[in-house]
Parts: sequence; structure tokens; C-alpha cells
Amino acid sequence: MRYLPLTETDRSAMLATIGVDSVDALFRDVPEQARLKGPIAGLSNHMGELAVERHLSRLADKNVTASAVPFFIGGGAYKHHVPASVDQTLLRGEFLTSYTPYQPEVTQGTLQYLFEFQTQVALLTGMEVANASMYDGATGTAEAVLMAARINKRNKVILSGGLHPHYREVVETTCGVMGMDIRAQAPDWKNAEDLTALIDGETACIVVQTPSLFGHLRDFTALCDAAHAKGALVIVVVTEVVSLGLLTPPGEMGADIVVCEGQSIGNGLNFGGPYVGLFATRDKYVRQMPGRLCGQTADADGKRGFVLTLSTREQHIRREKATSNICTNSGLCALAFTIHLSLLGEQGLTKLARVNHANAVTLADKLEAVKGVKIVNDGFFNEFTVKLPKKAAKVVSKLAERGILAGVPVSRFYPEMDGLEDLLLVASTEVNSLEDMDALVRGLEEVL
Amino acid sequence: MAMNNQGRDSTPHAVAVADELVTFTGNKALQQEEALIFELDNPGAVGVDLEAPVTTKTRLDGVKTRASVGLPSLAEPDVVRHYTRLSQKNFAIDTTMYPLGSCTMKHNPRLNEKMARLPGFSDIHPLQPVETVQGALELIDQLAHWLKTLTGMPAIAMSPGAGAHGELCGLMSIHAALDARGESHRRRVLVPESAHGTNPATAAFCGFTVDTIPAEENGRVSVEAVKAKLGDDVACIMLTNPNTCGLFEPQIREIADAVHAAGGYFYCDGANYNAIVGRVRPADLGVDAMHINLHKTFSTPHGGGGPGSGPVVLSDALAPYAPLPFVVHGKNGFDLVEQAADAKGAKPFGRLKGFHGQMGMFVRALAYILSHGADGLRQVASDAVLNANYLLANLKDVMSASFDGPCMHEALFDDRFLKGTGVTPLDFAKAMIDEGYHPMTMYFPLVVHGALLIEPTETESKQTLDRFIATMRHLAEKAKAGDLAHFQASPRLTPRKRLDETQAARKPVLRWVKPATPASAPAGVAQAAE
Repeated sequence: MRYLPLTETDRSAMLATIGVDSVDALFRDVPEQARLKGPIAGLSNHMGELAVERHLSRLADKNVTASAVPFFIGGGAYKHHVPASVDQTLLRGEFLTSYTPYQPEVTQGTLQYLFEFQTQVALLTGMEVANASMYDGATGTAEAVLMAARINKRNKVILSGGLHPHYREVVETTCGVMGMDIRAQAPDWKNAEDLTALIDGETACIVVQTPSLFGHLRDFTALCDAAHAKGALVIVVVTEVVSLGLLTPPGEMGADIVVCEGQSIGNGLNFGGPYVGLFATRDKYVRQMPGRLCGQTADADGKRGFVLTLSTREQHIRREKATSNICTNSGLCALAFTIHLSLLGEQGLTKLARVNHANAVTLADKLEAVKGVKIVNDGFFNEFTVKLPKKAAKVVSKLAERGILAGVPVSRFYPEMDGLEDLLLVASTEVNSLEDMDALVRGLEEVL
Repeated sequence: MAMNNQGRDSTPHAVAVADELVTFTGNKALQQEEALIFELDNPGAVGVDLEAPVTTKTRLDGVKTRASVGLPSLAEPDVVRHYTRLSQKNFAIDTTMYPLGSCTMKHNPRLNEKMARLPGFSDIHPLQPVETVQGALELIDQLAHWLKTLTGMPAIAMSPGAGAHGELCGLMSIHAALDARGESHRRRVLVPESAHGTNPATAAFCGFTVDTIPAEENGRVSVEAVKAKLGDDVACIMLTNPNTCGLFEPQIREIADAVHAAGGYFYCDGANYNAIVGRVRPADLGVDAMHINLHKTFSTPHGGGGPGSGPVVLSDALAPYAPLPFVVHGKNGFDLVEQAADAKGAKPFGRLKGFHGQMGMFVRALAYILSHGADGLRQVASDAVLNANYLLANLKDVMSASFDGPCMHEALFDDRFLKGTGVTPLDFAKAMIDEGYHPMTMYFPLVVHGALLIEPTETESKQTLDRFIATMRHLAEKAKAGDLAHFQASPRLTPRKRLDETQAARKPVLRWVKPATPASAPAGVAQAAE
């Protein structure tokens, strides 16, 4: 076995040193009836690299890859171009095969990039402080709701109808079990929602999203003022983080906590994971934050260095009184994010955001010319909602047969709900060429 | 002095110089000082080339755009050099033995990385029509089959994002099962004091109360201690097996039976599954739910702190409550159940994660599993346990082993061997760093004083172990010989000496802030960020 360095000679010598006859003797505490005598039946035995590659390549080949077709799917995960140097750099063994920086003297590399990552997230979101990442945007949102409830000791949560349904479900699941009173609003595809009237003295927080699931852009300044007047917190969710290269950041609107899905920068689609949750808040709330935090300090010689800090919030110190149970987070995805964002820089990020918007505007203009197709949105970033004259799921299926991945039928999220069957979410990023867009237009003309 | 035929010196000068060299740059040859990326800002530079937007027309519905973000600008060479230099400040499995107890820092095969990067896995969207991702669903199904068969468990939830997230999944399944039984009053969770911190934190996260079971003198949990805590308000026990002392719980079947008889469930923390994979099936121990850290046992990379992946195997009693989404065999191939209404008789407790789980980790884990096979995985457990016992046998006379008898995949020592030396476990660990080793886990588990938990894993050779043993013996003897100053000054050869954690926590500086005037101090010199 190529990954196991011990030889039979080694094993015999080591057993002799230990003073037992066989490895089985080391398992003496295992109840007799639970000790298996040989390899578990019904499973294959070891394989060489070539055989494993063949097996997995066959599975991979059964999938339609995003780069191979005109591709317009978004809905919380976005196809972007990731520069080659991102992946090549994170593949360095010193990043890939290290772990949580428990020993700061030999993990300054990880700690410094986490410190830089935290700064980048704070700048992007317009907030004061950010943590070292969460599993993804959805779990980060649930953690934000719990954090809000810790801060104002209230129990009621209002979820916007523009919030991604998976985020809503994760909040309902995770916070519901804690007995929180969760008021999820109906899907707000028309961008007509006004949550101000729902805020009262029991409200812990309101969770809103921009761009919304349906692509609508919102300014939450007035909502934040109204919430703060009643002691409630506002959590702003961003599922397409590239939008923050163009749009006013939630921090400037008065958000108390900002949660983003960071996948768009540095991370591939990967069929939904691993991704990276960004989590930012105000300085005054930092001790209620979940997750790891990296902080600056000095070493014994007075030189600047970094350590994990404020760990008295965390499970390995506080156990059942911790702010969260999270331990391992999304370190390597955060590294991908931070390298890509460093490559983009100020100029690259703002340009990338404008290219995305321009492609979406161009696509929207083209689609509007198709008979029976209506763009629902007045405004959007790189994704918008299209109203079709037929059921969107069927249209998507027919276009997939023609080699076009057209978007996300809203009914995939809300199969039980009437009135949403003909809505399609369509995203267009920098990867979409004008030819791709024309292919979608032609495809729609054929199937509608 | 010898010279080659171009007149260049080919032997070293024999010159004596005093003391440590202080360089002009602060660099130490291969060890480079590195400024923050923000301090490397080179306005006007850019690290990506993008085409101009195809139109200047906007459709923003009057929403305001932002003036600037405040990010630094660098060209690609400077970005690559920055991160490469940072990488050189890390210990990693690729460069050194990393015997961090409870973390299973084993070799990460690069085949796994290559497979995860096949476009057919890395470049597919979670919301593509299922007919376009049949290979992805099949891969999830195959990995699920392996994990269920290896553990002997009938069901699995694949979506949890890490071990602690898997614990949450298991406890929420138990919560849902109890509610379905009409026993929502069962809200007490039994957790041994040796448990990982995530166990009590997860129980609390689920709205349970935590009741601690004390450890016995021999590091185990006794069935009597468990029975003494059982009652009709107990939801479950959370037991790590092998436990965090590196010991198999010999009374585990009796404990499982007692908990079941009292109407509770048995949650097993599978963090230490590497010790028994392929040799013992958790189902045969009476387990109702157990998470599997793919980044430990199945070698998906730890990546400086994640991403992990924590699928949870479930017993028949808990299977109906597994969260959404999950893969099923449908009429036309594989299907993905994303809605409770489509769950056919099951009662999923909800959704834990944005999409379908850590697909990138699934690919890596399956590559690892197929490479080893059932025979190789059994050998993994055997060698992991053999390596740990070899360390124990060679160190127990100079370090103080906490418990008698063979250990499983990790060997626990405590600080009795340092008594009277003034050297603390922390000092000892820092001296290991200068010798080129990542320290073991320290001060955990909490059941012994000054714990030193060493987990070598199966991917260390006997040669490496012998060198490690010699080093540990040398350090232990050095401590006993009274060389306190050496330990207290360690580490001395790292890019930074010991860092002031108290200052970091007292006045947190959690981000860079642009200085009002350009910083004149060179990188590496302490400066307030505020």
C-alpha cells in the first residue's frame, strides 16, 4: 500500500518492542464479538492510482460541466473565472497540509493570511470586524440570528421573502430547535415587501438579502433605522459577493451583521461545497461572534505577529457556554478567497463587478426581445428573474437537452407554491460570451 | 583556498564571526520577513486582465454604487510571492511530523487533489438539472455505501460541513426522534468530562442541558457512572470511542444497552474513528449516530483549519429524521430529494447547509477509500495503533504515561515527568518546535494534569518514529537535568518567538487599518494598527 510506510519487518520489530505477539493484542479492549477477523466483506480491496483515476474519471465524465455549455445558473452559487495562480498557490503543502494555527510560532503563514482575510471582508462589507470564516453563507446566517438573540435577548426573527430559501431553511432548522419564533415572509419576487411594520419590541433581528434571491437590489438604510429604533438588529445577507465591488456595502446602510457566501471569489462551483461563509459585524458585538478570530500582537522580541484570540468565546474553552459549536471552518476556501481578492485588488474587483453587470444588462436586453419573455426586475446586479409563458422547469429541462443550462426555475425552491412556476432566475457573469447569450435566446425561441 | 578554473571559491572560508547575524533586511536567508498585503499596495498595478464591459448601460433601479473598497493593488508576481513567503512560515504534514492528538494529521495523497479538480466534479453547479449531474450523485451514493458498510450502519446524512456540524446533525436527529415519540421532555445529554469541547457546545446549541460524567481512575467511563446519571429525561449520551485519552471504552456495549434501556440514544463522536476503521463496526457497539470526519480518517486536507466534512451514519431508529437533501435511486437514475414533501415516509428534521454537502471533500475521500480498499483501511487502523503503541513503549520510562496498557491510535502523557523541573508542557512543546516537530495536543483532555496527547498516524515510518522518540527522550532528559532556561526561551529558531496572547485578547486588533500617515517602520517591527 503506497501510503503506508511500515514494512512487515518494521511491524515485527515494533511488536517485539511493545511486547505483544500481534496487533490484535493491542485491540484487547474491544468487546470480543465486535472484533472483525478480516477485511469487511462486500467492498473492493486496494487499487493503484491508475485504477482509481479511471473509476473517478468515469463518474466525472457523466456530468455536464459549466464551462462546456452556455451556462446561466446562479441562485446562490456563481460561475466565475478563477486565476490559475489561486489554486497553484494554495496547493503548497505548507497551506494544504497544515491545521488550525494552535502553535502560532509555526503557523504565522496561516495566521497572517487570516488577519488579511478578516480585513478584506471588513472592507468589502463596510463593517468594522470580521471572523476567520464559517462553513458557508447559509450556516453563517443561522449563526448570525443566534448571535443577534444573544445580544438583545429577544426571540423573534423576521426573514425576508427575498432571502435564499436554503438560508431560510437552515435558519428555521438551526434556530427553530432553540425555540426561536421565526416569521418567514412569502417569496418577494415582485420586490414589494415592506418589513418595517413587522418590527416590534420582541424582534431580535430581521434578515434581508441584497441582491435578493430574485436579483432585486435594495437599500436597507431606512429599515436599519426603523429596526434600531425598536432595539432590533439587521442582518444583511449577500450571496453574490462580487456585487460588493459595485454596490453600496451593507455596513454603510447600517447593518449590524453581514453574512456573505464567499464562493464567487476564488472558489469553484464544486457542486455546492466546500464554500466559505463571510461573517462581519460591529466592534461592539465582537465578543458575541461565533467562529475563530485572528488578532495582532507582538512576540518576545517586540516584533509584530498574529495569534488566534478571544477564544474564551469558543467551544474548546467554554464548552456548553460557547457562542457556537464551530471548530474546523473553511480555512483553505478562505485562502482561495483572499488570494483571488488580492489579485483583483481595488481596480480588478470594481471592474469585474462592472463586467458582470454589463453582461447581465446585455442578456436582459436580448431576452426581452424574445416573444412572451418578461424581465421582472427594475434593477439587478448579475442575476434577474424572467417570467416565461410556460413552466420554467420544463423550459430548463428542454434547454438542457439542447446543451444549454439556462438558469434556476423558482419552482425548484418552492415546488408547492402557486404562481411561481413560470419564473426563472438567470445569471450572467464575466464567463458568458455574447455567443452564449445568443444561444440562450435562440434556445428559448425554439422551446417557447 | 581552493578555486575552480574560473577563479571562483569552491571551498568555504574559514572565518570565525561572533554571535547571531543581524541582517539589514531583517530576513534570515530562506526565512523572509513579509509585510501585510495592504502594506504592499502598488497603486495602479493589477493582478488580473479583464475585458472592458460590453456596455456602459446600467439597470440598478436607482440603488447607489460605492466609491471605493479600499483594497490594495498588486501585480500577479507580487501576489504569488506574498503567499508563497507566508506558506514558508507554516509547519505542515508535508514538511514535518505533526502528531497533534485528536486531529489525525496523516499524509494527504495528491491523487485526491487531482481527482477533486476534474471539471466533472469541480465545475458543476448544485442547482443543475439532476439529469446533468448523474455522475456526481453516483459518487455521493458510492461514498455513502462505503461509509455505511464500514460502520455497519443502515443510513447516512452526507451534508454536514465538519465534525461539529455532524454532531449537530446527530443531535438534531435525536431531538426530532424524541419529539416524534412524544418525549420532548428528554432534554438532558450525558457527556463524559474527557469529551471534546464541541460535544457540550453542540448539545447546548440544540437546546439540551449538559450533564457531565466523571472519568474513572483508568481514563474510561464506567457503566455504573452512566447508570447513575440515567433517567427518563435523558435524551442521549455523547461518547467518543476510542476516547480522548486514546483508550477504547471496554464497557461500551453495556453502556449502549443501559442508555437504550433507559429510552435514550447513543451518539458516538467519531473523531477517533481512524483507530478502528475496517477493524470494528460502530453498529456492533450499539451506536445510533456517529459523525465521520472525512478530513481525519479519510485524509481530505486540513487546509490550515478546514474545510472539513462530517457525514453522520444513523441507526434505523434515527434514519427517518436525516436532514435534506439526500440522494435516492430514482426511476431514471439518481435523484436528489430537496423537499420534505418528496421524502416518501421519512420526516427530515430540516436542512443544515446551503447545498448538498462538501462535494469536493467527498471526491477526495472516495479516492482515498478506493486507494486503500477494505484491506488497506483495516491496515490503516492497525498501523495507526501500532505506531502509537510503539511511541508509548519507547517513551513511558522518560515521560509519564497517564494510563497503563496498550493505547489505541494516540498515546496520552501528562506533566508528572516535568515535576520539579519548572518546565511546563507548553515550554516542552515549544522546545519541540526548535527541533523541527509540530507539538502534540497540549492541556487536552482535561482529565489529566498537563496533558500531552500524541497521535502519530499510520503514515509515519519507523525511521521517523525512531528519530522522534530520540528527540523526545533527549528533551525529557534535558528538562530533568535542569536546563530550564532552554525551555523557557523556546522557540528561538522560528520566524517569531513566543507571542503575547494576553495582549492580543486584552486589546484586540482584528484587522489592518490604513495608517493616518504612511508607516515608516519596516515590516516586522511592532506598530499599533489603530
